Amino acid sequence: MRFQLLRSPSPSSSCCGYQIPFQPSNGVLLLRSSPMKIPKSHTKKKLSQSRRASEVLAYYGLTTPPYKLDALEPYMSKRTLELHWGEHHRHYVDSLNKQLTNSPLYGYTMEELIKVTYNNGNPIPEFNNAAQVWNHDFFWESMQPDGGNLPCGGLLQQIEKDFGSFSNFRDEFVHSAMTLFGSGWVWLILKTNERRLSVVRTSNAICPLVWGDIPIICLDMWEHAYYLDYKDDKRTYAINFIDHLVSWHAVTSRMMRAEAFVNLGEPKIPVA
Amino acid sequence: MAAASVGAPLLGLGGAEATLSRLRPPPPGGHESIPLRRSAAAVAASIPRRRESLRSERASVASSRKTPTRAMLGFPSLCPTSLPSRQSRGRNNVRRRAPVAAALLELKPPPYPLDALEPHLSREAVEHHWGRHQRSHVDCLNAAIAGTQLEGMELEDMVVAAYNKGDPHPPFVHAAQIWNHDFFWQSMKPGGGGEPSGRLMELIERDFGSYERMIKELKHAALTQFGSGWAWLAYKANRLEVGNAVNPCPSEKDNKLVVAKTPNAVNPLLWDYSPLLAIDVWEHAYYLDYENRRADYVSTFLDKLVSWEVVSSRLENAINRATERAKVDEKRRQDDDVEATSRKPVEMYLDSDNDDSETE
Repeated sequence: MRFQLLRSPSPSSSCCGYQIPFQPSNGVLLLRSSPMKIPKSHTKKKLSQSRRASEVLAYYGLTTPPYKLDALEPYMSKRTLELHWGEHHRHYVDSLNKQLTNSPLYGYTMEELIKVTYNNGNPIPEFNNAAQVWNHDFFWESMQPDGGNLPCGGLLQQIEKDFGSFSNFRDEFVHSAMTLFGSGWVWLILKTNERRLSVVRTSNAICPLVWGDIPIICLDMWEHAYYLDYKDDKRTYAINFIDHLVSWHAVTSRMMRAEAFVNLGEPKIPVA
Repeated sequence: MAAASVGAPLLGLGGAEATLSRLRPPPPGGHESIPLRRSAAAVAASIPRRRESLRSERASVASSRKTPTRAMLGFPSLCPTSLPSRQSRGRNNVRRRAPVAAALLELKPPPYPLDALEPHLSREAVEHHWGRHQRSHVDCLNAAIAGTQLEGMELEDMVVAAYNKGDPHPPFVHAAQIWNHDFFWQSMKPGGGGEPSGRLMELIERDFGSYERMIKELKHAALTQFGSGWAWLAYKANRLEVGNAVNPCPSEKDNKLVVAKTPNAVNPLLWDYSPLLAIDVWEHAYYLDYENRRADYVSTFLDKLVSWEVVSSRLENAINRATERAKVDEKRRQDDDVEATSRKPVEMYLDSDNDDSETE
C-alpha cells in the first residue's frame, strides 16, 4: 500500500471541503480510525514504523460547522464565521498538527489529548492549540440557524431545578459573559460530582474537561468571535446567542449522554 | 526623614517579607526589645515603593490599619454597568464618603486627533478603542474605588496597590488597563516609525546586538502572546527591597533593556521595571483594521506608528530613576558601614589573663 503525503490544508485548497460526518463531542472524536469513506489521499496514518515513507502526516482535521457560513445571520455575520472558522480555527488545527509531528503524543482522541497536554495545571505548548480546536468544534455544534427560544421537556426541567427558572439561567449566563475579563469561554456544564448544571467561565483555552466536568454549551468570548458584529457590546452578543443561536437539540442530546455518564458512572469493562 | 530611618516600613511588601526587614544591630546596652520590625498586620499591602518621601508619610498612617481585606476595602465585585450580582450585595457596608469629583479619574485623550493615525489605524477603530473600551474602564474604576483606600492615589500607585502582589483587587484590571492604554496612545504618533537614535539606540545595540534583533524579539513576543495581552520594551533596573541584598559587582550592564509580554492587564510596573513601549495585542486593538492579521498590525505599528522620541524620553527618566535609587542604596550601605564601624566594641567576658595558673 502506497502511503501518500497529506498536505496540511491551506485556505486556498479545497481538500478540507469534504464533510466529516459530525461526531458528537462527548463521544470519541477519533478521526483516525472511524470507518468513513475518505478519499485515499486524505487517509491519515502515522508512518513512523515504515522505513520507506519519511513523511509524517497531519493528525487532526478541521471539522466544518453543521451549517453554511451565512446561516447564522444576522446574529453572527458570514464574515465573522469566515474569519473565525476559516482563519482562527484552521490556524489552531494547523499549528497543532505542526506541533505533533515527531512528537510522542500520538494516538490520542482530542479529549484525551487535552487532558494529557493540560498536565494537571502545567500545560505544555500543545495544550492551547488542542483545547482551542476542541472548544471551537464544540462551539459550532452548540449553535444552529433559527436556534434559541426555549428548550423543551426534560432539559427545561433540569434547568429550572438547578437555576430556579430559565430566565435566571439566562441572566447568569449573560452576566458571566459580561464579567469575563480578557479572552475566554463561558460554559454551561454538568458537574459530575454534584450532578447539577452550572455556569462557569474559563480563560484563554481552558475547557471544563480538564477538571472532569461535562460541558453542555459553550460561548466563545474571545474578541475575535464578536468584535466585527458587536464591537464591545458583549451583552448583546451573549443575549443573542442564548435567544437566537443556541441549538437546544444539540444541547439535549449532550445532556442525555452526560446524564447517562453521571448516573451510571464510567462504563466498567470487565476483564476476564 | 525620621520616618525613613528606624521606623522605616518596608513599603509595598506583604507580611512575610516584613520579617526580612533590615535588622539594625541592637542598641548598645544589652538586649532591649528589638525595634523596627513592623508586624505583618501593620504593613499595609497597598503602598507601593515609588516616591519615597510621600510614601513614608502615607505608610505611617496606613501602618495603623490592619492589612485590608477585600470586604473591608469595600470593592463591589462588579462594574455597576453590568447586571447586579448576588455577591456584591453584602459588600456595601464599608464607610462611604461622598465621592469627591477631583479624586475621580478622567478619560485622557490621545495626544493627537482620533483620525491622525489613518490609514494604519482607522478613526473608527481608535474611537472604539479609546472612546468605548477605555472609557468603560474609567467609569468602572471610578465606581469601584469610590470610598476606598485607593481613591485619590496616582494611577501608577493605584495599579501596583490594587495588584496586591498577585492577588488583585477588583479595581486592578480597570486601573491597569487605563494606565496601559494611556501609555499605548502616547507611544504612537502620526507619521511615526523610523529608527531610534542616541542613548536608546546605544542601549538597544548593547543589549540585543542590533536594532533588527530587538524588533524581531518584540514582534515574536507580540505574536506569541496567547489570548489578550501586551508586548513591552522595558528598562529593567529593579532591585530587591531587602537591606542586605548587595550586588557584589555592580555594573551599568545590570540595568538593561528587555522585551516582555504580559497577559490581560498586567504590565511591567508590577515587576518594578520601567516600561518604555507598549503594543496592545488585545484583539480589539486591531480586529477592525487587520482582522486576524496580528503580524501585519505589529509590523505596521513598528514601522509607521511608534514614536521613538517618546520612548527615548521615557528611557531618560528610567535611567535617572535607576541612578537615584542606586544612590539611595549606596547611601544606605554607607550608613550601615558607618554604624557598624563606629559601634563600641561589644563587651566580651574573657577568662582572666592568668589562665596559666589553672594548668599548673
